[in-house]
Amino acid sequence: MSDVLVVAEPRRGELRAVSYELLTAGRGLADAAEGDLHVAVVSGPVDRYADSLSREGVDTIHTVAQGEEFNHDRYVTVIASLVDDLEPAFLLVPHSANGLDYAPAVAERLDRPVVTDAVALDVDDETLVVNRRMYASKIETVVEVADGPFVVTVRAGAFPPAEDFAEPEITAHDVTVDEEGLDSSVRGYEAASDGDVDITEPDFLIAVGRGIEDEENLALVEDLAAATGATVAASRPVVDNGWLPKNRQVGQSGKTVKPTVYLALGISGAIQHVAGMRGAETVIAVNEDPSAPIFDVADYGIVGDLFDVVPRLVEQFG
Amino acid sequence: MKILVTVKEVTDLAADFQIADAEIDETYLEYELNEWDAYAIETGVQLVEAGIADEVIVATIGPERAEESVRMALAKGADRAIRVWDDALAEQDLLDVATKAEIFASVVEAEEPEVVLTGVQANDDGFGATGVALAERLDYGWAAVVNALELDADEGGAHVRRELEGGLEELSDVTLPAVFTIQTGINQPRYASLRGIREAEAKEIERKTLSDLGITKADAASALQITDLFEPVAEREVAYFDGDPDEQVEQVADVLADSGVVGE
Repeated sequence: MSDVLVVAEPRRGELRAVSYELLTAGRGLADAAEGDLHVAVVSGPVDRYADSLSREGVDTIHTVAQGEEFNHDRYVTVIASLVDDLEPAFLLVPHSANGLDYAPAVAERLDRPVVTDAVALDVDDETLVVNRRMYASKIETVVEVADGPFVVTVRAGAFPPAEDFAEPEITAHDVTVDEEGLDSSVRGYEAASDGDVDITEPDFLIAVGRGIEDEENLALVEDLAAATGATVAASRPVVDNGWLPKNRQVGQSGKTVKPTVYLALGISGAIQHVAGMRGAETVIAVNEDPSAPIFDVADYGIVGDLFDVVPRLVEQFG
Repeated sequence: MKILVTVKEVTDLAADFQIADAEIDETYLEYELNEWDAYAIETGVQLVEAGIADEVIVATIGPERAEESVRMALAKGADRAIRVWDDALAEQDLLDVATKAEIFASVVEAEEPEVVLTGVQANDDGFGATGVALAERLDYGWAAVVNALELDADEGGAHVRRELEGGLEELSDVTLPAVFTIQTGINQPRYASLRGIREAEAKEIERKTLSDLGITKADAASALQITDLFEPVAEREVAYFDGDPDEQVEQVADVLADSGVVGE
């Protein structure tokens, strides 16, 4: 029997949605491996979190009241200790900024292989089979991982959340953390700079990406936005270049948007961007690269040069 | 203070590529310096320019071809470079995190930098795990997904911002020595100047094999094997607008009008 241990992700009093998605991923893997599904929740109001994680398919929830918020040094110690106790064959962690801040260290400390950013999981005999994306999501690979037990980080949005409530066993654990040995401490949180435009509100967003090439070319997109009454948003590279402020960024580390129409200009469609825009009702993508992943989440597409398309659109609506 | 930056030459696919027998032919592959690593290099070089660090060393795992990307790092201001490669690595189609951490740990133990910088992830395999695994192996402190880094040598620590999801940033203190995985946007990586490119030709690239680092072939055996690859299934079925640009724009305009987001 091979058990699965899933680690939930709390942040500032709430469990992040990926926590419930990992319950689904974990239950599927536990079924394939004929094992139990264990869930760990560490730090913050863990009893309340445990109630929320009490969903169908979960066998046992392990709570560890260790610190108010995430601290990777505490997490590595606590998770490694739970793994020692429970001996799961599979440890599943969210592929998130915090997951990436502790999962590789847990794998290293326990001398287990780590495979990250899984979009599908299976077990074949004793071998873990993971689907993951490469080359900016243009290719999906099937990776076999030998020599378990295994540590896996799972992509947010790859599995549906577990919804139905149930009554799994809840067990509280005391884990001692060497306070002197902590190499890091969290001082607080701040929202990334916010501006006067809220891109989560408009019905029509024109989002611009790396394909715009130069800051001065943004004027063209602003013209189109003015002509159509749209609001300009951006993918990460445009914001990284300082061409538009952070509050215009759509994506995992930016805003999640759900407009009626999302016109993506010169955006490749990195997963971090797609995470923020896949809820748009209608997506139109313009990109020169026919293999750009943005076309996998678009309803309409033009494989072509945005500099041919945008001026003509301005003319049409101007 | 010495800074070591791990860099990777990454693979990108040409716009039009084909998969045959679960493989992509070399003709469709393009090579470049990993985007995240460019930000890590810039972070290191700026620390030298600010008088906080003395030297930036880049380290890479890769075949001779990777020296093009290493030269780019040198042209952008790194002082010298170390390239590790071995036939035992060339035989593997996907190096695992533990192997990369083992190799870089050997380099770090020889160089003893106080700060190690890596990109958050590589844009080909996208693991995002090597830096943190390396820190744990070295017993260094660390922080992942760093978008602001301030070193305080007097305190023996660093103040960092970590970029979390949803526009939130975490402010943390980390004890040195430490590994930081650097997020894009932390700075503006400079272009390599012609002078920088010329000077890079004269800078040293030290080449090492696994045995030079005291690593056995068994230590470097990957736990990962790619058994299949294919184009991902699309979430939505895309309808492409054909014709010349005027015709394509007409069709976009129709969709916008039908959606009610623009006036008639």
